[in-house]
Amino acid sequence: MQDINVSVAEFLDHHGDEIVDAWQRRTFFAGRTGGDCRAVLNGVAEVVLAGRPEDPTAAGFDAIRDLLGEIAMDRIRRGETAAQTAVTLHDLKPPVVELWTSSRDGDDALPGALRLSTALDTLRLVAMELVGGESADLVEERQQLLELSTPVIRMWDGILAVPLIGTLDSARTQATMEGLLQAIVDQQARVAILDITGVSTVDTAVAQHLLRTVMAARLMGAKCVISGIRPQIAQTMVQLGIDLGDVTTRATLADALAYGLRQIGLVVAAADNH
Amino acid sequence: MTTQPVIRLDDVLLVSLHSDMGDEDAIRLQDDIADRVASVAPRGVLLDLSAVEIIDSFLARVVHDMAAVTATMDAVTVVVGIRPAVAITMAELGLDLGGLCTALTVDAGLRELRARDEVRDRERP
Amino acid sequence: MSGPVSAQAIHVGSDLDIVRIRKVVREHAVAAGLSLVDQTKLVTAASELARNTLVHGGGGEVTVSTEGDERGTTIRLVFADRGPGIDDVDKALTDGFTTNSALGLGLGGARRLVHEFHIDTEPGRGTTVRIGFHAPNRRGR
Repeated sequence: MQDINVSVAEFLDHHGDEIVDAWQRRTFFAGRTGGDCRAVLNGVAEVVLAGRPEDPTAAGFDAIRDLLGEIAMDRIRRGETAAQTAVTLHDLKPPVVELWTSSRDGDDALPGALRLSTALDTLRLVAMELVGGESADLVEERQQLLELSTPVIRMWDGILAVPLIGTLDSARTQATMEGLLQAIVDQQARVAILDITGVSTVDTAVAQHLLRTVMAARLMGAKCVISGIRPQIAQTMVQLGIDLGDVTTRATLADALAYGLRQIGLVVAAADNH
Repeated sequence: MTTQPVIRLDDVLLVSLHSDMGDEDAIRLQDDIADRVASVAPRGVLLDLSAVEIIDSFLARVVHDMAAVTATMDAVTVVVGIRPAVAITMAELGLDLGGLCTALTVDAGLRELRARDEVRDRERP
Repeated sequence: MSGPVSAQAIHVGSDLDIVRIRKVVREHAVAAGLSLVDQTKLVTAASELARNTLVHGGGGEVTVSTEGDERGTTIRLVFADRGPGIDDVDKALTDGFTTNSALGLGLGGARRLVHEFHIDTEPGRGTTVRIGFHAPNRRGR
């Protein structure tokens, strides 16, 4: 059987036009040329071929580091927050992964999707690296990324949400947990939403952190909802033997907000209802 | 050693725990509250843990048992004010207080008790 | 930055000694610059283990010290008793995850809260538990 890295790299090459076309319509590449998209795609193909999709220092990423940083900084200069930029980067993943899975149905479909997913997560880290500032050393950059990537958003008076994005590691999830619980106290929130729509993978340690966050929030007197658990993640959790038990879950962030509003005694109704 | 303040607010008992409490103080408090609940017959007990800096398995057990005892005397216990750092540590230890009713502040706890009363009153003929 | 806190030995003979140990450990944790969450984890672990020393070991001694090297500061605690020891350490470290099995949560729970955990026990000779908690020193700007 052909090496999976070679298969994925060939796929990126053969479907280059389609991917560039899809990326150009995504927010991150708005106002950019097809050449920029193509350059980024080539970088991704190179790291996949080299078998180093998880390594931000891989040669393929080195080649596009400046370009990615420039696009990210440009977006931030125009008023986008770093967290928003991270989201627009995340949007680059679905078209590629979907195209891959729709073109494969053999044994290599899943491992290939994982490689693509990892490569595009690392791509986001590479792009956001420069946002932290070249002068800051690595530890501080990482700390900044931690803080940037875990914003606690006030959805309503008494309802908070944390949109988790990308690959969660243990340290980041823990930082999120502490930030959210402190925000619950500061803002006297009664409902906290953990939205994992943008999360690509969940391992046992991260799932445990999520469950502990729910439990800790409950101990403090707030209700905690997890929204946006995607089918793959739900399957992984079941395979890992993680029991969401009596944790409240909702399909989307909107559903979770509706749940939260009901919890604090509010009803959303059409304006012409009366 | 020290006595824990137990304050009566209308038909609710407010109990504030502090951090320097020894194990025997905690047991004594558990007994005191049972006595007070028996004599006052409150609708609810608010257990204020906002001054408590750690909750280990022993104190968690005491809180859990206190709530179970008052429940048999028809008074709901609401645990209020658990600090974030304490909650995180409890979650890591797996101390979930057995699904006790919790609230952020004493105010929120009183609201919770009132809401439960309304439900209870509706259910009773 | 506060100065180093010297090693302290505390006799464990009553439940009020557990309260004292919590205070001393908190002082070490604050001096080492631990975050509030880490302080709470360490003090909670100390409280669990000190109670084991008292209840299962029939009393004993707890030593608290802070060590520093180039990688950072470590707070070390030793809980020693001459009690009956533990027959089955693995079983003692298992916990049932509810408040109803508070007995098991002492050891297993404390282990989860700290970075280093060693237990030496011999039936009839007593038990010594050593724990360590790392506080990476803050680097200057």
